Amino acid sequence: MQYQVLKKINFNDFIASLAKIEKVVAPVARGYNTFSFQEVKNGQDVAVKYIPTILPPKKYFFPQREKLIEFNKNAGTFEALLEYEKMVIFGVHTCDLAGVQCLNMVFSDKPKDINYLVRKNKIIIIGLECNEYCDQYASCKVVDNHLPNGGYDLFFTELNDSFIVHVNTIYGDELIDKTRLFNPAEQIHLDQLEAVRQKKREIFKEEVKVTHNDLAKLFDKSFDSKVWDDLDARCVGCGNCTNVCPTCYCFDVLDNMNLDFNTGDRSRMWDSCQNEPFAKVAGGENFRKTRGARQRHRYFRKFKYPVERYSRYFCTGCGRCTRTCMAKISLKETINALVDSKEEQK
Amino acid sequence: MKTAKLTDSEYLVKAGKIIRARQMTKIEKLFEISLPGGESLDHEPGQFVMVSIPGVGEAPLSISSSPTKRGSFEIVIRNVGKVTNALHKFDTGDTVGIRGPFGKGFPVQILEGNDLLFVAGGLGIVPLRSLINFVIDNRRDFGKVTILLGCKTPQDMLFGDEVDSWSKRLDVNFDITVDRCEDPDYKGNIGLITKLIPGVTLDPERTFAAVIGPPVMYKFVLIELLKKEIPERQILVSLERHMKCGIGKCGHCQIQNYYCCKDGPVFTYEQIKDKKEAL
Ligand SMILES: Cc1cc2nc3c(=O)[nH]c(=O)nc-3n(C[C@H](O)[C@H](O)[C@H](O)COP(=O)(O)OP(=O)(O)OC[C@H]3O[C@@H](n4cnc5c(N)ncnc54)[C@H](O)[C@@H]3O)c2cc1C
Ligand code: SF4
Ligand code: SF4
Ligand code: FES
Repeated sequence: MQYQVLKKINFNDFIASLAKIEKVVAPVARGYNTFSFQEVKNGQDVAVKYIPTILPPKKYFFPQREKLIEFNKNAGTFEALLEYEKMVIFGVHTCDLAGVQCLNMVFSDKPKDINYLVRKNKIIIIGLECNEYCDQYASCKVVDNHLPNGGYDLFFTELNDSFIVHVNTIYGDELIDKTRLFNPAEQIHLDQLEAVRQKKREIFKEEVKVTHNDLAKLFDKSFDSKVWDDLDARCVGCGNCTNVCPTCYCFDVLDNMNLDFNTGDRSRMWDSCQNEPFAKVAGGENFRKTRGARQRHRYFRKFKYPVERYSRYFCTGCGRCTRTCMAKISLKETINALVDSKEEQK
Repeated sequence: MKTAKLTDSEYLVKAGKIIRARQMTKIEKLFEISLPGGESLDHEPGQFVMVSIPGVGEAPLSISSSPTKRGSFEIVIRNVGKVTNALHKFDTGDTVGIRGPFGKGFPVQILEGNDLLFVAGGLGIVPLRSLINFVIDNRRDFGKVTILLGCKTPQDMLFGDEVDSWSKRLDVNFDITVDRCEDPDYKGNIGLITKLIPGVTLDPERTFAAVIGPPVMYKFVLIELLKKEIPERQILVSLERHMKCGIGKCGHCQIQNYYCCKDGPVFTYEQIKDKKEAL
């Protein structure tokens, strides 16, 4: 059966029994209106209603710091390694599912990134539907991520007193079998699911002044827009926006020597295109010297370059960059400003 | 957290043995490197390798030797910072980590049968030498060959003996200029490399130009080449960017939708002319 049902009264048992099988991480409340993915043992730990977490689940697929090779200097040996952890991620919203799909495309593009690809296959993903908007910063509809587009093993949608669960893979199916808390969905559940989706189609409207398809075209003409000058004046170049973004994957490669001054490792660490030296070369030239040029690069890496390379937007509409920016640079406002400045040019 | 060994990681390095080291100028040092078991690097002219020292880090460096030279390859390192400084302390017998070759080099199959105009400024000679020597070693497969070189002062010229031998060849047109020279006996050209281009006679339809130099040089050289009516598709440049992975992932080297490390570093002028951050 493709759809199963879990009664809400059984939710705590579900998480608890899952946690006995595998490490489980899920959104957990961390102070006022702030959430993060953390290990959980029990359903009570899980924030079923949450706005996008500080960091997206990216941190499990592409860790902030990851060892790539270990060396022994005196012996002259190098060994490539992979760090991984089996886990189940519960409660991934559709925007973050899209984020993982974007990373999958990047790291399976040739040459393949074995570290990422092996690690990803150790992780089981349980999605969770947003029945309404999380907050005013989200823009998931315009990038078409407000409804599930795959990328999960199981997908939960909250109904009145139960969750209806779409079983998408055999790994998801196994969890259903092992936890023994699910019943096949009946017509009434499917009807309720359809009602949720119907209501969502009414609530979720394109959040900016441009349609899904025209968004890419907007960026065809926006390279020299004055909007980037405005961002140049406001952005402080802190790199928060890229750190919290589910589809930003730039990294630095760094060596770390142990205290024996002989063994150590070469690791990769999240980096940000918003940092000034990011594109600087030895001759002293910096190909994106200004904060405006670096912000433009960030936007073009969401709405233009990946469309050419991977035929999809690399913005999931999660709103994290806007929520986190201390300069109050808003993704939706920036897109609208680009639309307006194009109108003025006409 | 578990760890496993990987045998197919893109980050795995080979132990490259320095079989010859030579201080070329105060800040430039040449290494000839061989791979374990005499394995061939198997590169195309214009490609680069990631060279590393455990505990210090990696740096992208052009392969300066031609693939026609077997058994070892050469790199030239200008001392500018952390990794390059540490490399300068290395000598014959020392081991460095090697990954690669990476990137798209010069399309040698396409170049065959055509006339070639080489333009190298400053350190640009290091990567361009790979193609120049490839062409010289396969001289009969190419048409007319012209080499134009520029550097700061006569003392800064790298590969002096080799450059001398190119200049003496009857099957190569050669010219060189320096920015300045204090030696009163110096009889050569003084001035920018752009000044050498108008004097070259060429058949634009069958000429490919290969240009490598510092970013400031490109704009001026390109103008001169376009004046000569060489088609945009036949002008090849090699671009330098900050590079950390070499395999199109880390994002540092991005030029709009190109990854310089993977889609380049060699590009045609046609490919990059509309890319605003390219030059
Ligand atoms: C394709 C390519 C081919 C190159 N070929 C040669 C060559 O043949 N000979 C040569 O001497 N140099 C070459 N370079 C430049 C060389 O890679 C840099 O000088 C070197 O990486 C600097 O490292 P560092 O640790 O010594 O410098 P740092 O101390 O890290 O920094 C010094 C300066 O170098 C820049 N830089 C740092 N890391 C990199 C990096 N990974 N890539 C580019 N710039 C960086 C910094 O922004 C800074 O401006 C090449 C670069 C590229 C991209
Ligand atoms: S846009 Fe905001 S979050 Fe991003 S670098 Fe600028 S100031 Fe920081
Ligand atoms: S650009 Fe902003 S809204 Fe889009 S995916 Fe990244 S953090 Fe989310
Ligand atoms: S060097 Fe990492 S993407 Fe090119």
